[in-house]
Amino acid sequence: MMYVLIVFLPLLASLIAGLFGRYIGDRGSQIITCAAVIIGALLSWVSLYQVAFNQSPELVELFTWIDSGDFDVSWSLRIDSLTAVMLVVVNTVSAVVHVYSIGYMSHDPHKSRFMSYLSLFTFAMLMLVTSDNFVQLYFGWEGVGLASYLLIGFWYKKPSANAAAIKAFVVNRVGDFGFALGIMGIYLVFGSVSFDDVFAAAPDQVGKTFEFLGYQVDILTTICLLLFVGAMGKSAQIGLHTWLPDAMEGPTPVSALIHAATMVTAGVFMVARCSPLFEYSPDALVVVTIVGATTCFFAATIGLVQNDIKRVIAYSTCSQLGYMFFALGIGAYPAAIFHLFTHAFFKALLFLGAGSVIHAVSDEQDMRKMGGLWKHIKITYAMMWIGSLALAGIPFFAGYYSKDLIIESAFAAHTGAGEYAFWAGVAAALLTAFYSGRLIFMTFHGKPRASKEVMDHVHESPMVMLIPLGVLAVGAIFAGMAFVGPMTGENYKDFWGDSILLLENSTAMFDAHHVPGWVIALPLVVGVVGFALTYQMYIRRTDIPATLAKTHSALYQFLLNKWYFDELYDFLFVRPAKRIGSFLWTFGDGKIIDGLGPDGVSGRVLALARRASQIQSGYVYHYAFAMMLGVAAFVSYFFFAGGQ
Amino acid sequence: MLDWPILSTVTFLPLVGVLLILLTSGKEESAARNARWVAMWTTLFTFIVSLFIWLNFDTSTAAFQFVEKEPWLGGNINYHMGVDGISMLFIILTTFLMPLCILASWEAIQTRVREYMIAFLIMETLMIGVFCALDMVLFYLFFEAGLIPMFLIIGVWGGAQRVYASFKFFLYTLVGSVLMLAAMIVMYFVAGTTDIPTLISFNFDTHLQYWLWLAFFASFAVKVPMWPVHTWLPDAHVQAPTAGSVILAGVLLKMGGYGFLRFSIPMFPEGSDFFTPLVFGLSVVAIIYTSLVALVQKDMKKLIAYSSVAHMGFITIGIFTFTSQGLEGGILQMLSHGIVSGALFLCVGVVYDRIHTREIARYGGLVHRMPRYAVIFMIFTMATIGLPGTSGFVGEFLILVGAYQVSTFVAFFATIGVILGAAYSLWLYRRVVFGELVKDDLKNIMDVGKREIAIFAPLIAVALWMGIYPEPFLNVMHASVDNLMAQHELALNASKSVLHAAK
Repeated sequence: MMYVLIVFLPLLASLIAGLFGRYIGDRGSQIITCAAVIIGALLSWVSLYQVAFNQSPELVELFTWIDSGDFDVSWSLRIDSLTAVMLVVVNTVSAVVHVYSIGYMSHDPHKSRFMSYLSLFTFAMLMLVTSDNFVQLYFGWEGVGLASYLLIGFWYKKPSANAAAIKAFVVNRVGDFGFALGIMGIYLVFGSVSFDDVFAAAPDQVGKTFEFLGYQVDILTTICLLLFVGAMGKSAQIGLHTWLPDAMEGPTPVSALIHAATMVTAGVFMVARCSPLFEYSPDALVVVTIVGATTCFFAATIGLVQNDIKRVIAYSTCSQLGYMFFALGIGAYPAAIFHLFTHAFFKALLFLGAGSVIHAVSDEQDMRKMGGLWKHIKITYAMMWIGSLALAGIPFFAGYYSKDLIIESAFAAHTGAGEYAFWAGVAAALLTAFYSGRLIFMTFHGKPRASKEVMDHVHESPMVMLIPLGVLAVGAIFAGMAFVGPMTGENYKDFWGDSILLLENSTAMFDAHHVPGWVIALPLVVGVVGFALTYQMYIRRTDIPATLAKTHSALYQFLLNKWYFDELYDFLFVRPAKRIGSFLWTFGDGKIIDGLGPDGVSGRVLALARRASQIQSGYVYHYAFAMMLGVAAFVSYFFFAGGQ
Repeated sequence: MLDWPILSTVTFLPLVGVLLILLTSGKEESAARNARWVAMWTTLFTFIVSLFIWLNFDTSTAAFQFVEKEPWLGGNINYHMGVDGISMLFIILTTFLMPLCILASWEAIQTRVREYMIAFLIMETLMIGVFCALDMVLFYLFFEAGLIPMFLIIGVWGGAQRVYASFKFFLYTLVGSVLMLAAMIVMYFVAGTTDIPTLISFNFDTHLQYWLWLAFFASFAVKVPMWPVHTWLPDAHVQAPTAGSVILAGVLLKMGGYGFLRFSIPMFPEGSDFFTPLVFGLSVVAIIYTSLVALVQKDMKKLIAYSSVAHMGFITIGIFTFTSQGLEGGILQMLSHGIVSGALFLCVGVVYDRIHTREIARYGGLVHRMPRYAVIFMIFTMATIGLPGTSGFVGEFLILVGAYQVSTFVAFFATIGVILGAAYSLWLYRRVVFGELVKDDLKNIMDVGKREIAIFAPLIAVALWMGIYPEPFLNVMHASVDNLMAQHELALNASKSVLHAAK
């Protein structure tokens, strides 16, 4: 019952706010949605305690969804440790964001619509993490996609927001394409799409092959890779990441909730959930490691040079997701989920802090037009420091525990891919500290670069926005310390139960405690160096960045234009699709099919008809007439035939 | 089981309405008003009566139910009606859409209202007849006669190019049905009956099956429509009045799919098996080709028409997988497409009634003036994209699951269509509904009224019902689909063993 409440309260609140927002007013919608999600958040912590610490996973069957032949899917809620952790993450951040939105959206004319969308998103995300089978997972997966589409395009007047919303949906569909094929493959092989059946039968399929697109391929590796394509789309991994930075067109609370803490981590969750499949496919895990490591480095490089405060954080999210994926790839699933958990707090904190900054400087997002703000918004300033230090992995903040564990595990994996991930992770750690420092220094220090008018208006945000920041700050400081033991310690099994499978040989996470001292020290050293570098470049010698950009202009442009991914895709897919479409329409349909078919024939028929018939009026009716004649002939034929 | 001939009642009830309209006379205005109300009540009543078919339907058997059989033309040609799990829901779909169509034409049609309503009621009788008929001659009569009202609806109440469109529609369908007629005559000579259940259990010679299959295929492929005989559809849709488009997309296209299920597959199992690659090929081409074409359309109705062709491509794939997921998914997708694409045409109709243009570029920013419309349009856009939780998903996903078991290639390319579907649908929505409201004539546009909400509310309810709890629909199909599959397999095995014996 508690779980049903957790999942369906947000849906109910969303429907009330969406359909009756007109009648209950903005305040009414805000109260209802916030109340629903806050209750959900409190219950989620209770369920974490019950399920993870007392080991009592539960399965709640609701009713049949699709039943056709052997294909049988039910709506149901599965609550095990992995789900409980996700429930806590989703509902806590969601509750905080709901409350924050009351303040942040106070000048917007569509408050109840906004609250309704936020709650709808929360519902879809909860369906995703509580699902018990692949099809309901897909339901949640697409549901969060819909909510994300609606929220990115929330300010529908802006063409850029509309474009970003469509891009997010369509790019995610490309990922879902793989996901859907993966699910179909699972059904073909296992004859079921329920997690329990599939995971139980997975060991039997090791080393077997089936036919896919004309090739004989390994079953488990193919399925895992197809599923991973879906994860790459949702979690914005390299190649399918292009939508995430554009998604920053949405209101900032949305970026915090969807594009930092919850939805984008769905891919990580999915791979962890499918650990009983991935563990049996070392090849797929290598791919996951390499993709994750590459993304973690690549996104960090772009983050270095972006000027939009939200885009810097967006690329940082992309990069952190890369960390989570290579952690999954080397078999350190608990570490990946642990990082997901801590990241949710400090990244949401950073986004909401950025929102507070944007709020203060009259909706300006360009860091080149900020500077010198710290005296005016001290609380926000402190919050941003906490978030940044946690992100950079400075000791005793949350990110320190999770990120260092991942980097050390990569080293301890002692595989080629692990080594690659280790060095990518260390390099990205340096870059992370650098762009975090750059963000802080450009925004808060130096001389004010905003106009005097804007500077006069700079004000601290109201309490309704600051309290949520405080809650997240507590998480960003303590979540690491408090949970590092239970989630990733020696007794991790007591916490995770059967929700995550680790085979005998997946020991990277435990070997991480026995790595050489320099490996442990390295991430910390590069973190401090990163901050020192930015201090030098953006506080003491502010001429260095400009000079560097000039002397290395090619590299700078390459990074500034995000490795030219958008241009490449536009050239490869978008424009050809339209060109082929027009060609098929005018030439294929118009010239060939119609030209040779009806128009050509009718031309002949018309000419014939004109000659044969003197009745010039309404040649169209000839056809009607001919048909009736045919029917009449047919029927009378049977009259005769019947008479014989 | 009911003790009165419910199928005939439902089929011919609309004709009673026709009689009533003919009887009413008076000034043009009052006659028009009367005609509207009579049509409304007739279709509503027909819908309610038709629900009794569903209520009394026995889901445990694959046999035909509510059977009526009377001697008719002699020579083994009978008036034979009956439904099974494949055809029953199409009757409900027809009677369900009909009152909504009348309601949608309430204000849009101002000329020759009486004739218009008569045409629609006759149309309803003929459509229901198609799905009830268990005799080939009867089927053919309903199937072909249905063209005439549709032809008139497009040709009389249509847009500027209605004559071209209606004759294109006619030419295409006529060519197809001439071949079907020839095949039916051959079948009569060979089997000596036109009774459909008898013909289903009759074994035609393998070679003959190929030819018969092709002849029927010509007719059904045009109806569906499959690539490359689809070009009549965009023109017909664009020119037809809104309600005409709804019926065209909602019911008439389904007759093609239904024809495959009722004739091609059970009567010519070997032919179906032999030509499956052809069907898959054409369907996959249709999905990708028409999706790309839809991407560049400038006319709202044309875009939706092309997307219909793509969706029907999924359906033909599903049917020819001969798996229970594919078949049931195909039938469900036909029902869903009937609801969803019908609703999308109604959405176009709403703004067409106000601004009198279907050109996408003439719109933009409607959400500012029409928030309720924006919500309705969004729901159906998502349903056509196949978002889980809407009717579009269940059918599409089952079809793909079925297709994957038969050929990963087909599933792979069909799934690409899912990506393209999202692209063109969202792009259409964005250009019409989102953005700044700048066009002058849109600044005073009114949001949907009570009448329009009454049209959309049932459609939304059904679209979500089928998406969240499709069990009542699937449950109806199970027995008949299983039977169809079993028969198909049996026939194929039999022919194989004959071949072996011959060797």
